[in-house]
Amino acid sequence: MNWLLALPILLPLLVACVTTMLLRRRSAQRVVSLVGMVGQLAAAIALLVTVYQQGIVAVQAGGYAAPFGITLVADLLAAIMVLLAAMKGTAVVIYSGASIDREREAFGYHPLLHILMMGVCGAFLTGDIFNLYVFFEVLLMSSFVLLTLGGERGQVEGAIKYVTLNLLSSAIFLAGAGLLYGVTGTLNMADLAVKLPAADQPALATILSMMFLVAFGIKAAIFPLFFWLPASYHTPPAAVSAIFAGLLTKVGVYAIIRVFTLIFVHDIGFTHNLILALSALTMVTGVLGAAVQNEFRRILSFHIVSQIGYMIMGLGMMATLAQSDSEATRAAVGLGLGATVFYIAHHIVVKTNLFLISGVVERLQGTGRLQALGGFYRAWPGLSLLFLVPAMSLAGLPPLSGFWAKFALVKAGLQMEQYAIVAVALVVGLLTLFSMTKIWAAVFWSPAPPQSPMDADSAEYRRAQQGVGMMLAPIVALACVTIALGLAIGPIFEVAMQAGEQLMTPQLYIDAVSPQSAESHQGAE
Amino acid sequence: MEVVLAVVIGSLYGAGLYLLMRRSLIKLVIGLALLSQAANLLIFTAAGLRSSQAPLIPKGAAAPLGEVADPLPQALILTAIVIGFGVIAFTLALFHTAYMRLGIDDVDQMQATDT
Repeated sequence: MNWLLALPILLPLLVACVTTMLLRRRSAQRVVSLVGMVGQLAAAIALLVTVYQQGIVAVQAGGYAAPFGITLVADLLAAIMVLLAAMKGTAVVIYSGASIDREREAFGYHPLLHILMMGVCGAFLTGDIFNLYVFFEVLLMSSFVLLTLGGERGQVEGAIKYVTLNLLSSAIFLAGAGLLYGVTGTLNMADLAVKLPAADQPALATILSMMFLVAFGIKAAIFPLFFWLPASYHTPPAAVSAIFAGLLTKVGVYAIIRVFTLIFVHDIGFTHNLILALSALTMVTGVLGAAVQNEFRRILSFHIVSQIGYMIMGLGMMATLAQSDSEATRAAVGLGLGATVFYIAHHIVVKTNLFLISGVVERLQGTGRLQALGGFYRAWPGLSLLFLVPAMSLAGLPPLSGFWAKFALVKAGLQMEQYAIVAVALVVGLLTLFSMTKIWAAVFWSPAPPQSPMDADSAEYRRAQQGVGMMLAPIVALACVTIALGLAIGPIFEVAMQAGEQLMTPQLYIDAVSPQSAESHQGAE
Repeated sequence: MEVVLAVVIGSLYGAGLYLLMRRSLIKLVIGLALLSQAANLLIFTAAGLRSSQAPLIPKGAAAPLGEVADPLPQALILTAIVIGFGVIAFTLALFHTAYMRLGIDDVDQMQATDT
């Protein structure tokens, strides 16, 4: 049994147990939490290296063969996602050391964070659709509690919307999984990929694909199912916002990519064109929603929605395969999927960083409203420059990571002659730049408003300054990652392209999970 | 039997969705509970209903004799019921906190965090 696959799930569970026992001992809890996250990071790196060298790795828990046992699979996409999750988990734990208050830590902030990490990594690594549901529930439950921990008015109200819509999505997901079992008699994803076409029920398969699209679409916050996101993400502390913004919607995106490249590929012309249209609408509504907002974190929340559009755009462009299955189209689709993988990686790093910066700004000036902010460039020039890195990367300025992500998507789109979506993507990029300059102008460039706590040099301001150094450390680190992603684009993009290639060829995934079915497959040929 | 269950499941979904669209928090949580129960029944029905033996292998045999029930959907439902129980318990606690904190149970009036 390959323990590397189980480690990213078991380690957070262990750390959560230990930190629960240390609830009353604040510093010990923090140390264990940080050590756990760093361990997770090391495990994730080891996993990615293994998958990169050996191809897709699968393990059957308990030694039962594929469709019967519980399967864990890591392809490049899953391994990259686990690595990103661990990376931002580490960043957030360091950041929380200075920004999370004593009460929240005493009521289980750290254990919840690790349970969330377990759910997220489990969802990335599982090879079974029902286990995906279970891990979704694990991460949802811990995210519910993280969102409401503290019980402030806004938090409770935002949580009601978040909880209700996510439970609705879980109910749809569960029903879809049940029906899928009724049609095929299996829940193993690799087995489903073989048996769903064999069941020869195209109408039912399309209905099921739509159920999954709605269920995962709510979690990924695509148009028109995103309303819970901007209503809830700005309410908890910045550290929690950051981990939600970078991770939770991306689990939904991952699930969409997984099922729509592996299982539901029977009617690409319909399903993937629909995804393509949704991606355009998601980009536009998200960025326009951000344009009218006047609060730091609300603007960022709407940009999450807009960016989700880019991520599923690469998937939607698979629809071109329905028209022509030539070598050139396949190459372009592979490029599109690789670009999607890279886009997700870039987005998680950048978005987390922006939320972390918003937390520092709110701590120093006590508010997130743009009108009441200002003067940061004079008081904190370093922080201002740190904001520019992820902000410009999000907008897609060269040579930062966002430019390459958009460039690859646009290039793939042009090769596939999907001009409409390319136009939308470019215009939305410009509007993103507008939003970021709006924040820059209001928060950093404009003079400080009268009675700003920064001018008064009050005791309160001095207290707020303590610990900012610890909050800045992960911000600097993530900014460096953004720059590194942009400068070392060659080798990193090659990994992303390989991940796209694996997504293009579901047979690789199927063979890795069940060697027997691979043999029978070859025998049939 | 499938027809009866189909009607029951349909009514559960209908009632659940209707309650979700009401304005009261209590009705909202009942609606969520109904939806998860409907999904459980749906799994049970979709996996196939037949009268058959428990899936036990008699002594000396290598496989179960005759037609046996499929244990997997029942295991799924059991898992889903446990998860649903936990989730509903949390939701009730959250809604109670919300009512105490905000003083309203009308979902339409909760617009402070909306955009």
